Amino acid sequence: MKLLYFAWVRERIGKAEEDLEPPVGVATVAELMAWLAERDDQYAHAFENAGVIRAAIDHRHVRPEAAIAGASEIAFFPPMTGG
Amino acid sequence: MTTTIRLQREPFDVAAETERLTLDRTDIGAVVTFTGLCRADENGKPIAALTLEHYPGMAEAEIGRHVEEAAGRWPLLGVTVIHRHGRIIPGEAIVLVATASSHREAAFAAASFLMDYLKTRAPFWKQVEAPSETAAGKEAEAKKIWVEAKASDDAAAGRWSAPAPGRQAAKLK
Repeated sequence: MKLLYFAWVRERIGKAEEDLEPPVGVATVAELMAWLAERDDQYAHAFENAGVIRAAIDHRHVRPEAAIAGASEIAFFPPMTGG
Repeated sequence: MTTTIRLQREPFDVAAETERLTLDRTDIGAVVTFTGLCRADENGKPIAALTLEHYPGMAEAEIGRHVEEAAGRWPLLGVTVIHRHGRIIPGEAIVLVATASSHREAAFAAASFLMDYLKTRAPFWKQVEAPSETAAGKEAEAKKIWVEAKASDDAAAGRWSAPAPGRQAAKLK
């Protein structure tokens, strides 16, 4: 699946997007964040306070407990500050 | 309902957008326009510019969903939402929300609703650029700071979650 990162999540990870296939046991957005945080120090830094990070699946906001099965695009970003 | 949603780097013309909303129509009795501008300060500190990052694709979709929700709540005849991205300097406009209805109440309420949701749900992120003390023209990357979300904006959006007075009662009957 395609993963996208925005704002300081993108800066901490050091890339805007990538294609990754998480293992079968990773079923929810929260589990995906925990799995990503294990990848290296940059990901760990980005997801160190996972509670503040928002997620979207295929352009819709989702909660951490949302299932990721069937998602083609998942984005992670800080709380929004538009307008 | 006429709906226009645009994301762009370029400035926009409020008068032209308002005119477009009402062109050749005589059923519109009220147009409310809200323009959000870039201030020269953030949290009491001077800034040189704002840079807005956005999530292309989702930003349009999310704004579209909120426009649809507004149209379900109020009798709107037209909505225009324009949100800029990229670098914006103090004094320039960032966002325009224009709502048209036959009467003012719906136009005022829908514009307020849409702005509250743009602030908290539309995928945009502001970064402030401090005034540069280094050589002119040099990119001061280290001086850019992400703006933190405000609890007051969440509270403003939250007030629309409660059912409108009267509407819930009508449903229960």
